[in-house]
Amino acid sequence: MSLISIRDIRKSYGPLEVLKGVSLEVEKGDVFAIIGRSGSGKSTLLRCINGLETFQSGVIVADGIEVGGARTDLRELRRQVGMVFQQFNLFPHLTAAENVTLAPAVVNKIGKRAARDLAAEMLAKVGLSDKMDSYPSQLSGGQQQRVAIARALAMRPKVLLCDEITSALDPELVNEVLRVVEQLAREGMTLMLVTHEMRFARDVGTSLVFMHHGKVHEQGTPKGLFAAPKTPELQQFIGSIS
Amino acid sequence: MIYHLQLGDLLPYWRVLLDGLIFTVVLTVVSTIAGVAVGTAGASARTFGPVWVGRCVVVYVELIRNTPFIVQLFFIFFGLPALGLKLSETVAAFLAMTINLGAYSTEIIRAGIEAVPKGHVEAGMSLAMSKWEVLRHVVLKQAFRKIYPALSSQIIIVMLGSAVVSQISAEDLTYAANFIQSRTFRAFEVYLVAAVIYLLLAIAMRALLRGLGRVLFRSAA
Amino acid sequence: MLQFSFWDILSNLLIATQWTLILSAIAFASGGIVGLVLLFMRTSRVAPLEWFTKSYIEFFQGTPLLMQLFLFFFGVALFGIEVSPLTAAWLALTLWTSAFLTEIWRGCVEAVPRGQWEASSSLALSYIEQMRHVILPQATRIAVAPTVGFSVQVIKGTALASIIGFVELTKAGTELNNATFRPFLVYSLVALIYFCLCFPLSWCAKKLESRLNVAH
Repeated sequence: MSLISIRDIRKSYGPLEVLKGVSLEVEKGDVFAIIGRSGSGKSTLLRCINGLETFQSGVIVADGIEVGGARTDLRELRRQVGMVFQQFNLFPHLTAAENVTLAPAVVNKIGKRAARDLAAEMLAKVGLSDKMDSYPSQLSGGQQQRVAIARALAMRPKVLLCDEITSALDPELVNEVLRVVEQLAREGMTLMLVTHEMRFARDVGTSLVFMHHGKVHEQGTPKGLFAAPKTPELQQFIGSIS
Repeated sequence: MIYHLQLGDLLPYWRVLLDGLIFTVVLTVVSTIAGVAVGTAGASARTFGPVWVGRCVVVYVELIRNTPFIVQLFFIFFGLPALGLKLSETVAAFLAMTINLGAYSTEIIRAGIEAVPKGHVEAGMSLAMSKWEVLRHVVLKQAFRKIYPALSSQIIIVMLGSAVVSQISAEDLTYAANFIQSRTFRAFEVYLVAAVIYLLLAIAMRALLRGLGRVLFRSAA
Repeated sequence: MLQFSFWDILSNLLIATQWTLILSAIAFASGGIVGLVLLFMRTSRVAPLEWFTKSYIEFFQGTPLLMQLFLFFFGVALFGIEVSPLTAAWLALTLWTSAFLTEIWRGCVEAVPRGQWEASSSLALSYIEQMRHVILPQATRIAVAPTVGFSVQVIKGTALASIIGFVELTKAGTELNNATFRPFLVYSLVALIYFCLCFPLSWCAKKLESRLNVAH
């Protein structure tokens, strides 16, 4: 059974339909790169998976938990499905270590000692061991985003959703974040990334999804799709970003 | 001990309340126009005028904003005659409200002016407009659109504060209420009715100002 | 007629100023407590509580403080309870203060960026956990400047207590004016004392606000 099963999702904001029947199956260890123009519904799709957005019809099942029902256990869902945001959204009044340990301490109720060890482990993983007691305002954009990744990983989710996590970064800081994500992929983490980083999608992704006007327009292996796009829309898209 | 509201005792005095209400409304309208004019002048002088004028404006604004309205009112009505300037209650009330609103609106409008991007001012001056022409045609319009909600709120606050002019016997709504109270001894009822009238007036003013805003700032930003 | 020297006037005013400060302090404190309760009611998502709080705020923000003072002074007496001007003023100022503070604080909670709500909910925190660990700490920081700013309004509001007979700074001024017939001097001093009380607080609030903006 797929880790995440998305079947025929439809979502509208009032009269505007942004998702027009999206279906995807995500297996454990997959790295899904979702690309497309702005307004194609990419981020909305991601946010439907962890319950930040609701949808009108269709089914999403993530790690056996059905999303969107009245009885959905959002707390359990979000333990298994983590998210990293474009704007980082670090908690400004907490240090990097405190950002990482807040949810494990409050939700999973691990003790203080275990929390400190967890923070050290996670921040080491993203290469920021020396910044444990720094506040977000003292960190660069790239460092902040890496803390955000550590924070999401601290809950030990089965899937990590990344919503354009490098789009708000200065170009020279993008690579440090991508390297962390690449490492996660190599370790077998299941990832779904909405991204504009085509080289990353091609090199690290196992599956490429091109979204257009709220639907999955093309899907396949990244190398295959980049080499031979089937539809004019994808050809145009690749052309415009090269 | 239950108390039954005796609103009926107030009925014969409806005319008194109406006269008081009219006074309050007229006082508010006139002071608002004058106060906003003062505020515009003050804000403009502070941001575009000579430094010494700006300093005077700052002193004026801080003095008014850090003292109670009732003290300003007493100063104007009781204090100024000692310098030879005797004023009627109505004029003193109007003056006090204008000076009070003038100070607050100076600050509010100044914030609006400073929010206008410097680039617009530079563009205007590059088109050979003088500083004051730029102010009038480019800056003030944008400033007002931005701070209109804050200014509207302040106007209503000053209207509610006008209740205090009754203390120098200006014949506003509160004065009317005091009068009726002294005749009927139904203090709670009359002040309750007056409070409700003020509340309705505030709600009406809010709606009116909002509508006015839509008319004034109809064009897209 | 007794001869009042300049220092007689000033010292009388300063003695009365203590009462201004006392009333301001207790009204601000109790108003803050009531305001906090109202904040939780307002954000509780329980419809009757929200409706009550909205009406309460509408009333106390939409009617003159003077009217509220009169209502409390005369209204409480209707129930047979003898209430001193100080008590009536304290009660009225408390409710008035609470209405404004709760709105200020609600604005501060809403000023916390939405991304903070999304990030914390994505980490599986519940509403109460979000408020406690993420939102309220940030809202409190935002709230310091406007709360200090409002304390100035409270001090100015106590001046109205003079009208129902409470002897604070303004009332002392009125009485001294009646005794000395030197209104220009008396009211100038009264204004100056209020200025000395209020200006430092206004200045503090402004400094706090600019420091907050720089930090972002």
